[in-house]
Amino acid sequence: MSKIDINKSWEYDEAPESTSHVNLRSKYNLFIDGEFVKPLSKKYFKTINPATNESISEIAEANDRDIDLAVKSARKAFKSWSKLDPKERGKYIFRIARMIQERAKEFAVIESLDGGKPIRESRDIDIPLAANHFFYYAGWADKLEYAFPNKIPKPLGVAGQIIPWNFPLLMAAWKIAPAIACGNTVVLKPAETTSLTALKLAELIQDSGLPKGVVNIVTGAGKTGAAIVNHPDVNKIAFTGSTEVGKLIERSLAGIEKKTTLELGGKGANIIFEDAAIDQAVEGIINAIFFNQGHVCCAGSRLFVQESVANIVIEKLKDRMSTLIVGDPLDKNTDIGAINSVEQLKKIEKYIEIGKKEGGEIYQAKCSFSKKGNWFPPTLFLNVSQSHTIVKEEIFGPVLAIQTFRTIDEVIEKANNTPFGLSAGVWTEKGSKIFKLTKELNAGVVWANTYNKFDPSSPFGGFKESGMGREGGLHGLKSYLKFE
Amino acid sequence: MSLPELLKVPKIDKLGVIERTNRFCKRSIKNSAKEMGLHLALSMIDLTTLDGKDTPQKVKQLCYKAQHLHDSMEGLPNVAAVCVYPTLVSVAKKELVGSGINIASVSTAFPSGQSTLHVKLSDTKFAVDQGADEVDMVISRGKFLSGEYNFVFDEISAVKEVCGNAHLKVILETGELDTLDNVRKASDIAIYAGADFIKTSTGKISPAATMPVTYVMLLAIKEYYKKTGTKIGMKPAGGISTAKQSLQYLVMLKETLGDDWMNKDLFRFGASRLVNDILMQLQKQESGIYQSLDYFSKD
Repeated sequence: MSKIDINKSWEYDEAPESTSHVNLRSKYNLFIDGEFVKPLSKKYFKTINPATNESISEIAEANDRDIDLAVKSARKAFKSWSKLDPKERGKYIFRIARMIQERAKEFAVIESLDGGKPIRESRDIDIPLAANHFFYYAGWADKLEYAFPNKIPKPLGVAGQIIPWNFPLLMAAWKIAPAIACGNTVVLKPAETTSLTALKLAELIQDSGLPKGVVNIVTGAGKTGAAIVNHPDVNKIAFTGSTEVGKLIERSLAGIEKKTTLELGGKGANIIFEDAAIDQAVEGIINAIFFNQGHVCCAGSRLFVQESVANIVIEKLKDRMSTLIVGDPLDKNTDIGAINSVEQLKKIEKYIEIGKKEGGEIYQAKCSFSKKGNWFPPTLFLNVSQSHTIVKEEIFGPVLAIQTFRTIDEVIEKANNTPFGLSAGVWTEKGSKIFKLTKELNAGVVWANTYNKFDPSSPFGGFKESGMGREGGLHGLKSYLKFE
Repeated sequence: MSLPELLKVPKIDKLGVIERTNRFCKRSIKNSAKEMGLHLALSMIDLTTLDGKDTPQKVKQLCYKAQHLHDSMEGLPNVAAVCVYPTLVSVAKKELVGSGINIASVSTAFPSGQSTLHVKLSDTKFAVDQGADEVDMVISRGKFLSGEYNFVFDEISAVKEVCGNAHLKVILETGELDTLDNVRKASDIAIYAGADFIKTSTGKISPAATMPVTYVMLLAIKEYYKKTGTKIGMKPAGGISTAKQSLQYLVMLKETLGDDWMNKDLFRFGASRLVNDILMQLQKQESGIYQSLDYFSKD
């Protein structure tokens, strides 16, 4: 054994997760009617590892005609799938859930490779939650009439689903599980920067023996998504993504009989009262804004701290930020991984410039990054106000805007003073205060003394420009049913 | 020295604390980090025997083990201290001459603390006179729980005075304090009353040391340091028996208090079984295979 000097400072060694078990093809085709088929577009695009900006694989780009094939396959499958004994439907979905658990490690590694999120999060949050969504909705498949008493629930038909790049597999699970549990069939498009886990899910679905055409997974960028939205034989559009695209979708669907759920952007208010458990609240702030590099629609990106504890909270926050490990997403000790894409990194950098120009006081944790890849340090903005751009607009990165407040009414007014209404957090030891805020905050989710907690049984969705409709829980079923 | 403003003692959210300590356990400590961490942990151990049936011979054996953890492995550190009852301090003193290993003695009617101040002070004085370098006292939990914080505070400062140059570790016996809010309050009282170290448990009550309890105590130490610049030590005791656990505690220590605390002057493990598990892990790091526990002496 080499001589060990215990007086030196103790540093963690690298602890990279192995990628040897991962099975990736060099080229991925479209998953239509239970088979991987070459795109009629004949076009492919590269999917990039954001930690190195090297290509991982090539992904097919679906055009209008490919989408038409996918929708036709879903329509054909709908005839039998919707009439299948619901408990049989449930069995298929349970099987998918179990298979995700069996392949969890591979999914987790690919999610981190393709999207840049730390392996700790994909391993402990994304993948288990994705499996849980399938488990949860599998259970509902044969109990829909109990879920909605005195009504006869019927599936809608073909659901077109478009998901974002921040939680690729989890969002696919959120969309697919309730849709097929209710007897619909789906055409799902993952985001162009993070298609791989959805395609691995397609392989899994193929292996599970799910009837052909019930789930079709097509890849591509905005144009492909538009083709799904505008396809005349799609009965329902479920979209999660930016408010900008959400508005486009709503415009193109105006006056057309397509049920729509939109889960869009946010600018969550995280409110710390002086009577909160401060150290745990600081932990909550960290989790609210730096979880998944801040690529979270419900991120607590606006922090409101009560005046009397502001200094201590900010001091503790800076202190805690110094222990965050930013770097290789595949290292098991990484807390904050890579920014998902070059475009997103540029967007964050643009907002930082605006923030500085508008007079915000910036604080960044000291980090050293590898030369390759997209990185951004955890960042705070102090001395900002409601009218600063970085307080108003969604940045979708590890950037927190901090304001102080004096009274409860003031903070409620400020928290609600935003076009968004997706999420909020309240930190206080006083129960009555929590109830007052949950009632008066205009947000789809309000967490009390915690943040960014998700569960399949709990509905999720926004008010105002954060979207419409709910996913998760009983509410999530409703979005995929009509009642006679 | 005066009683801290107890109304201003920060509140503790138990679920938040557990979430945080679970995060520490997620750190992956491999290769040279593991090797060094385990060496560090060994050097921080207070090798302890606190039984009614303890004999001078047993203490002698323990003292020998303290200086010869596993002679077939090179470069192992000694443990930090040997911890015994006051009556056995003189035995340990003789055995440990020149070893650099401290002698810690429990006192103040350990483990229950159910006695008069007079008895507690003479108990402490006896231990110090016998040559104890460190005194591990217990607080009066009954008085603490009934809200007589001044009593607890005064008792600690009185013991501190008798300790003289000996370091004072104050055992809160967190297993009897019920809530983390109480743990934090008791930590502040002990620190402000003059503790050099705060310690979780006697080892006689279950649960003994846990990560959430230790974390709350570390936060109290941190805040005191920020306020006064004085570094208080921490000793989780009881219930830490595996090498893996010891590394998790070290991660928690590093990420809460920082590198300054990563030495035996400011952090101790009150444990005995831990030693052999660490030795077994180190042996495995070296040779790649686990050896039977039979190869490690059980003193």
